[in-house]
Amino acid sequence: MPALDTTDLAIMRATQSGLPLTPEPYQSLAAQLGLTADDVMTRMQYMAKLGIIRRIGAIPNHYKLGYRFNGMTVWNVPDAHIDELGQKVGALDFVSHCYHRPRHLPQWPYNLFAMVHGKTQLDVDRQIASIAAILGDHNLGADVLYSTKILKKTGFRSGS
Amino acid sequence: MDDIDRNIINTLQHGFPVCDRPYLQVATELGLTEQELLDRLQALLDDGTLSRFGPLYHAELMGGALTLAAVKVPEHRFDEVTEIINAFPEVAHNYARNHELNMWFVIATETPEQLQQTIDAIEQHTGLLVFNMPKINEYFVGLKLEA
Repeated sequence: MPALDTTDLAIMRATQSGLPLTPEPYQSLAAQLGLTADDVMTRMQYMAKLGIIRRIGAIPNHYKLGYRFNGMTVWNVPDAHIDELGQKVGALDFVSHCYHRPRHLPQWPYNLFAMVHGKTQLDVDRQIASIAAILGDHNLGADVLYSTKILKKTGFRSGS
Repeated sequence: MDDIDRNIINTLQHGFPVCDRPYLQVATELGLTEQELLDRLQALLDDGTLSRFGPLYHAELMGGALTLAAVKVPEHRFDEVTEIINAFPEVAHNYARNHELNMWFVIATETPEQLQQTIDAIEQHTGLLVFNMPKINEYFVGLKLEA
């Protein structure tokens, strides 16, 4: 567990909804938290180095950019090969998230999850075919779940 | 959204500097003034083109806990169950999906113990079995969508 102090937690809380849109955003945060801009920048660089901040950047709304086909592709692959296959699938440029998750047999046989995003059904079909090609004989079954409605979306964003 | 907006979105998905005037630095790279960049970012956030701009935290490394969970909701109870599950502040996102397991949500808590407590509470309040699918391994996280 990396050494986080109360300053880091205060910075995290203050930026949970985003970075201030002011010319000097780190100074704005510092003023809000009773710190100096140097403190804020140093701690944020430290958290980025440790991977606690994955990155600072923009998160677009898929639908607004025309990515209407957002598929959660799920695959049943042998546990013995999942790490090697997961790395390869995760490296594809159209995969935004790739995880090993537990099966729930018999209802849920899938253990490899890869989120893909396309502007057309054909885009996503091609992406799925590329993943299937990588998995080859280790593909013991697959499905793709499309989101049909966003029921809740809070400001909280993180890899999950 | 015009080409300048697209350029901003594509550039800012790759990262953002930590320095005294980061917007000025990025604006200069994009051939904009600092104020233009700030105004356009505000507009993209206001109209929902961007859902967020800022640091993306790794929840587990912060000591928090996250999981993905799914439930099989009978069609006639869908709205009712949506309301119950969405009312939990621990539920960060919730999506309807076209599968027998037709509701998928992310639970985020400060500790792993609270995760299980939330799942138990959701099962109690809905009477439905929650399929808990915490990640065992992460191979890639990094969303980049060309605008």
